[in-house]
Amino acid sequence: MKQLTALQQQGRRSNSFRGASSPLDAGVDDSIRSPTTIFWLVLHGLCCLISLVLGFRFSRIVFFLLFSTASSPSTTTISGATSPPERNISGVGGGSRVVVGRHGILIRPWPHPDPAEVMKAHKIIERVQLEQRSQYGVKGPRTLIAVTPTYVRTFQTLHLTGLMHSLMNVPYDVIWVVVEAGGHTNETASLISKSGLRTIHIGFDTKMPVLWEDRHKLESKMRLHALRVVREKRLDGIVMFADDSNMHALELFDEIQKVKWVGAVSVGILAHSGGSEEGELPVIQRDDSKKDDKDPQLPVQGPACNSSNHLVGWHTFDSLLFLEKSARYIGDRAVVLPRKLEWAGFVLNSRLVWEDADKPGWVKEFEEVGRDGEDVESPLSFLNDASVVEPLGSCGRKVMLWWLRVEARADSKFPARWIIDPPLEITVPAKRTPWPDAPPELPSSVEKVISIQETTDKRASKSGSRRKRSSRSKRKHTAKVIDEHVSTRHSADN
Amino acid sequence: MRIGRWVLAVIFGIVFWSRIEAFKFHRTQQTERISGSAGDVLEDDPVGRLKVFVYELPRKYNKKILQKDPRCLTHMFAAEIFMHRFLLSSAVRTFNPEEADWFYTPVYTTCDLTANGLPLPFKSPRMMRSAIQLISSNWPYWNRTEGADHFFIVPHDFGACFHYQEEKAIERGILPLLQRATLVQTFGQRNHVCLNDGSIIIPPYAPPQKMQAHLIPPTTPRSIFVYFRGLFYDVGNDPEGGYYARGARASVWENFKDNPLFDISTEHPTTYYEDMQRAIFCLCPLGWAPWSPRLVEAVVFGCIPVIIADDIVLPFADAIPWEDIGVFVAEKDVPKLDTILTSIPIYEILRKQRLLANPSMKQAMLFPQPAQPRDAFHQILNGLARKLPHDKSVYLKPGEKILNWTAGPVSDLKPW
Repeated sequence: MKQLTALQQQGRRSNSFRGASSPLDAGVDDSIRSPTTIFWLVLHGLCCLISLVLGFRFSRIVFFLLFSTASSPSTTTISGATSPPERNISGVGGGSRVVVGRHGILIRPWPHPDPAEVMKAHKIIERVQLEQRSQYGVKGPRTLIAVTPTYVRTFQTLHLTGLMHSLMNVPYDVIWVVVEAGGHTNETASLISKSGLRTIHIGFDTKMPVLWEDRHKLESKMRLHALRVVREKRLDGIVMFADDSNMHALELFDEIQKVKWVGAVSVGILAHSGGSEEGELPVIQRDDSKKDDKDPQLPVQGPACNSSNHLVGWHTFDSLLFLEKSARYIGDRAVVLPRKLEWAGFVLNSRLVWEDADKPGWVKEFEEVGRDGEDVESPLSFLNDASVVEPLGSCGRKVMLWWLRVEARADSKFPARWIIDPPLEITVPAKRTPWPDAPPELPSSVEKVISIQETTDKRASKSGSRRKRSSRSKRKHTAKVIDEHVSTRHSADN
Repeated sequence: MRIGRWVLAVIFGIVFWSRIEAFKFHRTQQTERISGSAGDVLEDDPVGRLKVFVYELPRKYNKKILQKDPRCLTHMFAAEIFMHRFLLSSAVRTFNPEEADWFYTPVYTTCDLTANGLPLPFKSPRMMRSAIQLISSNWPYWNRTEGADHFFIVPHDFGACFHYQEEKAIERGILPLLQRATLVQTFGQRNHVCLNDGSIIIPPYAPPQKMQAHLIPPTTPRSIFVYFRGLFYDVGNDPEGGYYARGARASVWENFKDNPLFDISTEHPTTYYEDMQRAIFCLCPLGWAPWSPRLVEAVVFGCIPVIIADDIVLPFADAIPWEDIGVFVAEKDVPKLDTILTSIPIYEILRKQRLLANPSMKQAMLFPQPAQPRDAFHQILNGLARKLPHDKSVYLKPGEKILNWTAGPVSDLKPW
């Protein structure tokens, strides 16, 4: 039956089904074969044949031509039906305005989004989300104090921009304390002023050393200095240690609002090996926070809990795995290892470093820590008793923070503030600039500047430097790029 | 001294009063009480306010039909079956028909399904007629009032008109035998033949467990402005457009298909329920009939329903103030839908979300198994209770007859 075949093409959502709207609607009831129905059948068949010949359904044109279109100035109708729709036996009982039958499809003259309205809608969305946060999210959010040690180098813009965007997306108040090794520079200042956050830019008058060991120690000193500033200014909030090359998930910032005094989160260590000789990259698996010697899993540092979710110990980084292959100096092509427990995995209530505040008994006085210039490895040194640390992120099972150190060679040059002024005019063919394969001399010979290296570095920085690879592969790739550029230039010149 | 003590007492009084005020304010901050035109009736308990007698019909009217096709328990017309089960074990049921206020006839008229799962209404008039003949001959209560104190659940497309096509349904009109009875139906459109005054409009059945299983945490930010999934053109039955949904759905598509604020498409994603919880507005346009389960889903998931169906009557309209909760857009105003939605003031939108967050609202739209307080079953009973007491004039004098038992198409008169 016709109706049942029509049923087969039915979509799921339509409430009921219809036969074709043509007048030859035969119900399941017996239809009387009157001359009218035969006539309509013949007409229908004729129309089908004509459509077949023409190649398209011409009923729309017929309707358009036969019935005049009364289009109002603000709407147009696509199907050409008249403004009073065909009145079938719709039985408009009782003066209903709603009529059954074919209606026009109303389309406005320019059916495209209006930017002003899109902006209004976005404001509505923002306000609704703010309301959602205030109802279901963290109640009484505290200010986030992010402590970042940094210094001017090739990858600083890359790392700081990433961190800056993460902090700009945090829905709470943020105070960004940036400690810069080598003193206060305009380069860093201009970079962090783009964030729009409240920043405290502190210069630390020691140049960043080239060896990783020394760099880690200096970073700890810089963080202590930042905490001193927090203490002096009596900044109130939650202190987190956001290293510029780390990656933070936004859930992390919601999670650390739960901390009362000291909290610890799990940090995924992306100790990757950049070169192709090192073998497979470790497979990243986030569910298992236990580091396994045999399986190639992502090493994770953080709190370890027993089944009743109490802190019982720490997962730390085992550097024995990587002993032969660890990087010694910045820009070394080997893998950069973290220390046992990184600062980044801890959050503190800023009142712990204040001078006179209601502190619990197990925290040492701030002045005692690191007083003799000894290396403070992690904020655990602030505590008399390590068991008071609160494990966050469902007891360390959730990894919301990843530690990574990727740097270009310490002597690699880049244009100041990444502005190339005056514009480049290089006509040096690649054959005349052999790429130096010799490693730089350590630890203090970073000032050796080769002019060819400078120009090629400039090209490299323009075309390919925004990539997280170790220096060696970067050099290989950019050498290829320079080749292409130079050859095209040759052909253009000729 | 006395003045000092008096001042202290006043201060205490002010503090107490303000704390109570703050308490009240805090409670209403998240949700708001819902009261419709009949007052604050959403939370009424029908037990004790009415008594319902359930007729014992032979199995061929209900259980056998269900046995033949168990799909009837999950489609959107399943309310008739669940209402029967609810009434069998409810506290309002009485076994003494003399004290009953309402009489219920359990006949499953919407359970004759095609292979696709859509109900065929062609035998329903005969089935209903046969059931009424049975109860009028075996019990005296039908003839006492000619059905004025009986109610029937007819959840099909156009209610008791028993047809899926609107013109045909209008042509048939409501089954003549049901003219005096109270109809509990999903279809509601003002000034329409298939809606009697005094009918109770109910939401279509949507599976509550399935919806509960797809809840996402309420902290997930609502980032979709307008959401809709469904057909815009029904190519099988109305290829040219303009007939299906009176052209309204096609108009939505043509005007807003490239608008980034409108997440509309014909896909069937597996994350449909999750997406609704991430949207601020959910479109509920008419289809072949003005009602759809989208309204229920929007209310359960906290998405403000945008109802595009002229003259529609929404479920439990006297208990739920739908104008305060949803947004009504006339079909002719669809091209201006984006302007309309963005010009709603923000406090209105937040208020609507607060009303939707009220758990009574969500409960009233659902048919949970087993029944829970304030759910749709209880709202139906509340609606029936509000119609009590029956007017004295519905009781017919002996020998008086109002209904015409031979009215209607000839094919309806055949026995079932």
